[in-house]
Amino acid sequence: MPAPSTLRAEELSLGYGDRHVVDNLTLEIPAGKVTVIVGPNACGKSTFLRGLARLLPASSGTVLLDGRSIHSTPSKDVALQLGILPQGPIAPDGITVADLVSRGRHPHQGYFRRWTAEDDAAVTAALTATGTLELAARSVDELSGGQRQRVWIAMALAQRTGILLLDEPTTYLDLSHQVEVLDLLTDLNETEGATVVMVLHELNLACRYADHLVVMKDGAIVAAGDPGEVLTEQVVESVFDMRCRVVPDPVSRTPMIVPIGRHRTGGVS
Amino acid sequence: MSVVAATRRHESRRARTVTIGLAVALVALFALSLSYGSFQVSLPDVVRSLLGQPTPPQVDYIVQTLRLPRALVGVLAGIAFGLAGAIFQQLLRNPLASPDVIGVTSGATTAAVLSIVVFSTSGPVLSLVALGGALITALLIYLFAWRGGSVGGYRFVLVGIGIGAAMAGLTSFLLTRADVRAAQEALIWLAGSLNGRTWDNVVPLAIASLILVPGAVLLGRPLTGLQLGDDVARGLGLHVERGRLLLLIVGVCLAGTATAAAGPISYIAFMSGPIAARMVGGGRPVLLPAGLVGAVIVLAGDFIGSHLLGPAQFPVGVVTGVIGAPYLLWLLATANRTGRGG
Repeated sequence: MPAPSTLRAEELSLGYGDRHVVDNLTLEIPAGKVTVIVGPNACGKSTFLRGLARLLPASSGTVLLDGRSIHSTPSKDVALQLGILPQGPIAPDGITVADLVSRGRHPHQGYFRRWTAEDDAAVTAALTATGTLELAARSVDELSGGQRQRVWIAMALAQRTGILLLDEPTTYLDLSHQVEVLDLLTDLNETEGATVVMVLHELNLACRYADHLVVMKDGAIVAAGDPGEVLTEQVVESVFDMRCRVVPDPVSRTPMIVPIGRHRTGGVS
Repeated sequence: MSVVAATRRHESRRARTVTIGLAVALVALFALSLSYGSFQVSLPDVVRSLLGQPTPPQVDYIVQTLRLPRALVGVLAGIAFGLAGAIFQQLLRNPLASPDVIGVTSGATTAAVLSIVVFSTSGPVLSLVALGGALITALLIYLFAWRGGSVGGYRFVLVGIGIGAAMAGLTSFLLTRADVRAAQEALIWLAGSLNGRTWDNVVPLAIASLILVPGAVLLGRPLTGLQLGDDVARGLGLHVERGRLLLLIVGVCLAGTATAAAGPISYIAFMSGPIAARMVGGGRPVLLPAGLVGAVIVLAGDFIGSHLLGPAQFPVGVVTGVIGAPYLLWLLATANRTGRGG
């Protein structure tokens, strides 16, 4: 795996048609760290991630990969440095796990340079890392949601990029599988030094697994930095429009958000 | 050997076995259609005639002038329809999205009928006109289905079915206004028939196939990425719009030239891909096997229609229609039940 490249959004604006979703956003992704982007629904966090991965064209501003504009770099070269697992990827009917994960090798191949031992090793390593090697010959249709998600992550790993972006990799998973996926991504970060950027919904897990936490609202960054410094009661209240207490997580000592609704508050007001 | 290599090898081997099996079946049917008929020609005589060696009287005429063009049109049109259907279905991820269901073939037909009825064209000109009809119809579908920078598979199918119906209406209108003899000729062609095919039909189709078939097979590589959805494909470094456009153009040209040569043989494009996919298994794009399945169905259908249904001769399109229509109904019923209609 190559040394992680640097990734930086510079005055980036993104939108669909006339609708502006992300406005004039500048952010440096720390290399070799785990960055987690959080924010309320429709705050533009997924759009921002898609923009970082050049899945969406920038309406203004740019994304720099190793100091070069991602939009003017050949897409295949980008794919050797930066992998993205978007939300809701589609598995063709009947595809086997081995075949799906093998497709992560696409940027390493060409019309005349087909399957090699290196491809084989990368796919086997990705399956092993995600604990899906014994599923290799199975059809993806037959797998459970958790297994399927791990297989998709394996496909992204097989691409062997120094930067890995993931859009809500834990959606549709139960809590134990969420923790499993986040542990897996942390392993990848620690053993291979990969830069991981992901969008997460669950604030407590986000705080626990992030080295760098980015909080977004209305297409802009509200706060970014160490989760312990960033996620204060005031920030949660202003961003999520919800009162809460922030206490140290008894396990990881990272911030843990305890929401305060209208009912069952035990007298706290 | 690793599990990955073993699985991949298993899948490739199965695809290869199916392809070889289909090719053998196709060669057998091809030989049968050259040899069998009201005038029987023995297989050795067929081979001799094809190799230009001396043969008994009439054999050269029957094999080279009557039966060979017919069989070649059957093979090439079958391959073209099968490939076109598989490309559309796999690209748009919808088994209903084949060019004969979504109106591309109807567009080629309308253009061809227009030129038969009004300008009494035939041969290469007819091919070009039908191809133009297919391209214009596909462009119309693409424009109507386009919304906000993307073309959804299901929307494409619905718009296509609508435009196909409009084209069919236009064809009927042209026929009612046409001279009786011209209409008669157009009607036979409309049923999708290999009757009376000559070298004039073979040549344009063969030239188009020489370009389009290798093109389609090469485009199988981007198709493996596009199958995973636009975002994943882009993330893997593919040029999504360019790949999709090239695949659609090749698919439309295949369907258009095949329609020009053999008429809109019903449901070949629609059936071949799913049959081939079931035979090959797995989730890889199935292109060459789909083309071979198409050719096998056309030759078999033509043989059944010509020799096995009593004294009357039925065009191949009638035979394939009888098989294809129930499959379409079954697919519509089950697709809705499993919620995979889109």
